[in-house]
Amino acid sequence: MKYVIIGNSAAAVGCVEGIRKYDSDGEILLVSKEPYATYSRPLISYYLAGQVDARHMGYRPASFYKTHRVTTLLGSEAVGLDTKDKSVRLSDGRTVAYDKLLIATGGVPFVPPIEGSDAEGVMTFTTWDDAKRLKRLVPRLKKVVILGGGLIGIKAMEGLQAHGTDITVVELMDRILGLVLDKTATSFLERKLKEEGVHLVKETTIKKIHKDNAGRAVGVTLENGRELATDQVIIAIGVRPNIGLVKDSPVETNRGIVVDYFMRTSEADVYAAGDVAEADDILHHEPRVIPILPNAYKQGKVAGSSMTGNEIEYPGGMVMNSVEVGGIPAISAGIMNPPDDEGYEVKRLIDRKNGVYRKMVIRDNRLVGFILIGAIDRAGIYTGLIREGVNISPFKNHLTDLDFGVICFPKDLRTYKISNVYM
Amino acid sequence: MKRVYAKEEICAGCRLCEVWCVVAHSKSGDIVKAFNSEFPRPLPRVMVEEAGPFSFALQCRHCMEPPCIEACMTGAMFRDGAEGPVLHDPEQCVGCWMCVMVCPYGAIARDVTIKKIASKCDLCQGEEEPSCVAHCPNEALVFEDRG
Amino acid sequence: MRFSYALPEFLVERDLERCIRCKVCVRQCAFEAHCYDEETDTVSVDSSKCVGCLRCVTMCPTSALIVRQNPTSFKENASWTGRAIKDIFKQAETGGVLLTGMGNDRPYPIYWDHILLNASQVTNPSIDPLREPMELKTYLGSKPDRLDIKKENGKLTLKTRLAPQLELRMPVMFSALSYGAISLNASKALASAAKEFGTYCNTGEGGLHRDLFQYADRTIVQCASGRFGVYRDYLQAGAAIEIKIGQGAKPGIGGHLPGEKVSEEVSKTRMIPVGTDALSPAPHHDIYSIEDLRQLIYALKEATRYEKPVSVKIAAVHNAAAIASGMVRAGADIIALDGLRGSTGAAPTRIRNNVGIPIELAIASVDRRLREEGIRQRASLVAAGGFRNSADVVKAIALGADAVYIGTSALVAMGCHVCQICYTGKCNWGIATQDPYLEKRLNPEIAKERLLNLLRAWEHEIKEMLGGMGINAIESLRGNRLHLRGVGLSDTDLDILGILPAGR
Repeated sequence: MKYVIIGNSAAAVGCVEGIRKYDSDGEILLVSKEPYATYSRPLISYYLAGQVDARHMGYRPASFYKTHRVTTLLGSEAVGLDTKDKSVRLSDGRTVAYDKLLIATGGVPFVPPIEGSDAEGVMTFTTWDDAKRLKRLVPRLKKVVILGGGLIGIKAMEGLQAHGTDITVVELMDRILGLVLDKTATSFLERKLKEEGVHLVKETTIKKIHKDNAGRAVGVTLENGRELATDQVIIAIGVRPNIGLVKDSPVETNRGIVVDYFMRTSEADVYAAGDVAEADDILHHEPRVIPILPNAYKQGKVAGSSMTGNEIEYPGGMVMNSVEVGGIPAISAGIMNPPDDEGYEVKRLIDRKNGVYRKMVIRDNRLVGFILIGAIDRAGIYTGLIREGVNISPFKNHLTDLDFGVICFPKDLRTYKISNVYM
Repeated sequence: MKRVYAKEEICAGCRLCEVWCVVAHSKSGDIVKAFNSEFPRPLPRVMVEEAGPFSFALQCRHCMEPPCIEACMTGAMFRDGAEGPVLHDPEQCVGCWMCVMVCPYGAIARDVTIKKIASKCDLCQGEEEPSCVAHCPNEALVFEDRG
Repeated sequence: MRFSYALPEFLVERDLERCIRCKVCVRQCAFEAHCYDEETDTVSVDSSKCVGCLRCVTMCPTSALIVRQNPTSFKENASWTGRAIKDIFKQAETGGVLLTGMGNDRPYPIYWDHILLNASQVTNPSIDPLREPMELKTYLGSKPDRLDIKKENGKLTLKTRLAPQLELRMPVMFSALSYGAISLNASKALASAAKEFGTYCNTGEGGLHRDLFQYADRTIVQCASGRFGVYRDYLQAGAAIEIKIGQGAKPGIGGHLPGEKVSEEVSKTRMIPVGTDALSPAPHHDIYSIEDLRQLIYALKEATRYEKPVSVKIAAVHNAAAIASGMVRAGADIIALDGLRGSTGAAPTRIRNNVGIPIELAIASVDRRLREEGIRQRASLVAAGGFRNSADVVKAIALGADAVYIGTSALVAMGCHVCQICYTGKCNWGIATQDPYLEKRLNPEIAKERLLNLLRAWEHEIKEMLGGMGINAIESLRGNRLHLRGVGLSDTDLDILGILPAGR
């Protein structure tokens, strides 16, 4: 059996581990565009900030490929897929045959058409190379404009803050982290950012990037007419599934590659996982691209198991994020901003003095989302409640309590919880 | 594998399990030193939950499919062998709290004493019996293999 | 009254160098003697709240606590002891009857400590119980006056119909400790230990909780003046029925369970409303004579088809011997005598400390009286009240008892520290309490194991003592007062006890 994995991040690693759980003999070939052994993508902002050195960037120990008997082709991009022939064409012209193929090509940063975006000094921030480049530049950067106040933009901002750079974040929504937090939660973080000297410009976007004679970005004009001087523009609007590889193949795509519960694509022996895949979202009861690391790893692992013939069902994913802004920890998951009219119930605890905010979103007596600011300990209990669809009515009024815990569950449930092992 | 299980009916809520967990993970292993002179003092990796007359001690369940390992973005969280405990490499941890976000038992604590780092039960690696179990005065904690 | 003149009984001292501020003491003291101050990160103590139960001392992981008698004392004299002064203060401050728990703590003579056992030397070989069989098995119940034996085809068959008997592996049973006075976990421990060992426990007047029915075949069910928890299934479940007339700790008055201890479960078991004081009448209102007693005995025998022995328990009082004679004639299969030092969960201090007679004298006089009247075999004699060790048990058997009840010894085995505050319901050891926060401190499995260990240890010791006397069956010791000698006793005491002085 020959397994070929395209990609080298969480989904790919999950796949390797999934395969090796059941098949210790099969040949695994891993092809990755990036020249590095698997590294932790979310660590690039820590790398930029100097909090993590190259030695600790690995997502798995250096011995990983050896212990899992994986042959790697690092620095090779897969550019074509022939599902009839069951082979993948590489950028250097070689083709590799597969018995089972995993596409885990992740996402690509989305760069909107902005006049002047081809200037030098305009970049995205999703890879280690991006971080390395930015780290080299940073001593010379005085002012940086980050387009996008979402997770990537905020992470880039954090990485730069460590260097004392003057940062302006331009965000189209009325708040930063708009997709993972709500207005109240964001207000806690924005206040802190203001104190730290970060400029936030909201409800607008970059209209034009100005270049000097050498073609270097020197400033931007915003939609609202404001002009900002800058040395560097970081486009951090978001990522899109990297589906280029399957574009000319029969593999069915929607926003991402469409997969079933076993991470199988529409084509036999072709699997997809991670940020490129569109898998089940347990809260919306439909396939969605949820580009977060835990989902990627899990999908990879499910795909790996499926590829060996051990079909373990993907339990579905949901949006969840843990982020710390200006030292304020925030965790959120599921549906955080429910529509007003559809039978959602919201419980809140706001304690500005102690910097605590807790919001619970309930639908049909089931927890479907939450936001925690400041006091984030034991957040996973809420994630578990969402995932398991537990009827929370017996302890609904305790949900936002700071000491909420397993003890608040009804006796039967908590006894079950503490005397059995999860999954 | 062997895990620690709590008996709620006879947990006296004394929290000696927390105390001895701290001692077990301290530098000296001496209870008075661990609390009165050592820095940093480790966080207890077992937590007594209490509500009214009810209480029990809870620590990492060492899940079969650990959500914390799946969510760990740095690879700091790992399983020690196929049937071993879920362990945590403090060197690799950056304190992103992804594990805190997904642990359905809320059994991973945030240690911010020196650097941000996750703190969780390691079943007192190398000991025959975890310290919390060995020191529970009412035998409300047991260490056994329930499959 | 805001200010009390009473001095703290104990002084609690904390070694600040060893204290790690873990707050175990704070959490474990139901009397709130320890208090943590977050601001200064220190634990302080209010000695006046300490009851001397030593829970904190035992639980403190660094041995940082010492509890001792308060060295400050009143200006005492032989008449006005500190205790006398303190009692007056308490009553002057409350206007109430003084309450207490556990057994009589006054310095009355303890005759066990003035009675010595014999041992074989030269003329009669002693027996090594580890090498030779030794029988401690005891049957409680009425024995026939004579046995009719029929011989048919060379085979012997017993014609006499024997009265129902309780079979004990060793002549030690657990006293009447009611569920209500003690926690359900404590009751479970006693009942399961009795069952596993092969002896009996006694419900007291607490009824039989549904979780305890599984041990009912090793449980003596009591029928007391309040009739709490008495119904058909209860009577039929027990191995024997005991009519409680009186209790050694409080002869002449009925049981008293404070309302604080009447929890939901106690209420269900006793069949009384939650939170109400369970006050048993001083007398049974249907028993004003021996004849009335006979009616109840036979009513109970009828109700259980003569399949269970019926015991009658009285407090050992001045004319115990005459009453016992009446009880036997009224049809009691077992006479239970509860002596002056018998314990209780709650009793008025004055009653506990001043009413009744020592169990040693009661055993001797009752046994003698029943022998003299030729009815000793018609009932077994069970003694209770202050048995502290196996030697006390052996001496009691030699004085004439068939078996003994142990209460305080069993409680102490489970963890009781005899601090005498059972009546508050705030037992820090989880024994004499119904507070759900406190009662889970007693792990019934551990408590059961401790009880079993105690019984096994006593069993072994009793065998050793019997063997030393050259006796290989407890039967041979019963009423065998020649194996006893008195030391430091008056001629009258010796006469009542029916024993010779040491040296004679």
